[in-house]
Amino acid sequence: MQGKLVTLLSDLKESEALEHVKGALEKGDDPTELLEEAKKGMAIIGDRFSSGEYFIPDLIYSGEIMKNVVGLLEPKLKEARGDEGKDKGKVIIATVEGDIHDIGKDLVVFMLDVSGFTVYDLGVDVPVQTVVDKIKETSAPVVGLSGFLTLANEAMKKTIDAVEEAGLRDKVKVMIGGGQINDSVKDYTGADAYGLDATDAVKLAKQWIGG
Amino acid sequence: MEKNWEQMTAAEKQEAQFQKLLSPKDSEGNDVQFKSSEAEAEYKANISRIKDAIQMKKTPDRVPVTIYPSMFPYYYAQVTLQDAMYDYDKCVSAFKKFIQDFKPDMHIGASVLGPGRFFELLDYKLYAWPGHGVGPNHSYQYVEKEYMKENEYDILLTDPSFYFRNFYLPRVFGALEGFTMLPPFTSILEMYGVAFNFIPFALPPVQETYKTLFEAGAEAMKWAGYMGECDAELRSLGYPNILAGFSKAPFDVIGDTLRGTRGVMVDMYRQPDKLLKALEQQVPIMTALGVNTMQQTGNPLIFLPLHKGADGFLSDEQFKKFYWPQLKQVVEGLIEGGCIPWLALEGRWDTRLEVMQDVPEGKTMFMIDQSDMEKAKKTVGRKACLTGNVPSSLLYLGTVDEVKDYCKKLIDTAGKDGGFFLANGAFLDEAKSENVKAMIEFTKEYGVYK
Repeated sequence: MQGKLVTLLSDLKESEALEHVKGALEKGDDPTELLEEAKKGMAIIGDRFSSGEYFIPDLIYSGEIMKNVVGLLEPKLKEARGDEGKDKGKVIIATVEGDIHDIGKDLVVFMLDVSGFTVYDLGVDVPVQTVVDKIKETSAPVVGLSGFLTLANEAMKKTIDAVEEAGLRDKVKVMIGGGQINDSVKDYTGADAYGLDATDAVKLAKQWIGG
Repeated sequence: MEKNWEQMTAAEKQEAQFQKLLSPKDSEGNDVQFKSSEAEAEYKANISRIKDAIQMKKTPDRVPVTIYPSMFPYYYAQVTLQDAMYDYDKCVSAFKKFIQDFKPDMHIGASVLGPGRFFELLDYKLYAWPGHGVGPNHSYQYVEKEYMKENEYDILLTDPSFYFRNFYLPRVFGALEGFTMLPPFTSILEMYGVAFNFIPFALPPVQETYKTLFEAGAEAMKWAGYMGECDAELRSLGYPNILAGFSKAPFDVIGDTLRGTRGVMVDMYRQPDKLLKALEQQVPIMTALGVNTMQQTGNPLIFLPLHKGADGFLSDEQFKKFYWPQLKQVVEGLIEGGCIPWLALEGRWDTRLEVMQDVPEGKTMFMIDQSDMEKAKKTVGRKACLTGNVPSSLLYLGTVDEVKDYCKKLIDTAGKDGGFFLANGAFLDEAKSENVKAMIEFTKEYGVYK
């Protein structure tokens, strides 16, 4: 049976969801199960976004609700949660050097996360070497590079060239996304594919890693 | 008897603005001295062409063409962005070279970079700029934060000027910290007790803030002098600048400037009533911003860079509730005031075009970035001059032939029967100069209406 929290969260009923969590914890319900329900709710939100039913504000608001839900559960979750349930694979995400735009990148991180991927979010204005180092460290098979400015095209190309020079290019698939990206930019930078939105990023990661 | 400005209809005001541009005066009020009779003829032909494209009453002689540059002029002239921000001479020379080499029908001035020293004096935190947070040749970038906190709507709604002075400005300008100590000016009343209000001006942090302001003001004025001379010289060579300045959609004021993307989006759920009141409050403020700039500069075009209304950023219902109604009121107010609103649909706006065609005919210009141009022509394009849509990536990575093909298609479709101003769709940084040249020269040749 699907828990009530799944519905409340996926329908973005913030105060009701929080009341429900408080009540359930007082009754002695298992916080781990509540967290699982909340995650299921978030996955539904991701699906609704992919199908065009939900929009960016819904995603952002759901993230805020989730933060509050986790805030209530955290003290009760004695054991460390780890990343169990996240076995779809590793993805590295970065906004490339010289570019500090984060909204698009954050949405990609969010969508990959709720889809079950382990995401290494390197942040914005990420030096070329940091990306290379993270690939070595994590052996992640997928790298997503984000950039809004046309200047980012150069930085994406430099990053992908550096991955090549480090002898890692055949070990990773690279996807790019951002403001002014299309097929010719993809070819220019040497990426494997580009995405127009966060849903595309999930599709590409699934296609490359499976899951 | 000529009607005075206040008695004119919006259409008469717009016509008067164009007539003023057609017989331009210098800053002393004398007729502009053009460099040659060819330059004068060129200038007037450019204004008439733009006027016809915007008014949509008659087809222009040809499709007008321009480039909307961001950093391109400086990359082209091989001046680093940092140099151009700190050396106003270099900034202006690079811009003039760019205009004279590419010969667009119109330009929008050299002020995109702004004065570096001014930003430094005030310790501006809202942007990272060349040599100050980003590389010396990197474009400036916005540092997005929640500059207004979620619990501050009531202060903003009570007195927006007080809110800006005491809360917003000190958060984005480090040197304006002293403003946090000032009382609301609306509490300065009567005889009894009035002196207490002036005590803050004796405090060292407040005095420090004012000293810096005097210096920053002088720097801004010096820089503006260069910008004015640049415009005047280019005009005398036949290149008009009809841009007055900018204003914003109320939702973008709250969403970009004050609360940030995350903040404004969460407010739509958690405190929609306060957000709606704040949006409503911004309508007359944003209208006055545009109209005042028009009066100061004498130019009619008001740039409205539109962001958070783009496809996907809001649901259709949210767009119709929080974005368009308030923006539409600003657009109507600007038109009433004699301005030409230039709505820049940055990114993709395909799902918004039908709603946005509800504007008076021949009074606005819509800049199309990545939206579907055919759909734009059938919707907003029935009411408004379209401009833009040549992709940055094409100008950067494409070939001359690809650029010409793209422009040909645009002229054949969007340019059909007028109401089109060919240009790039997103402000241009890097591009191949031969591609930019091809865009302009091809349009001048192929875009002639028969």
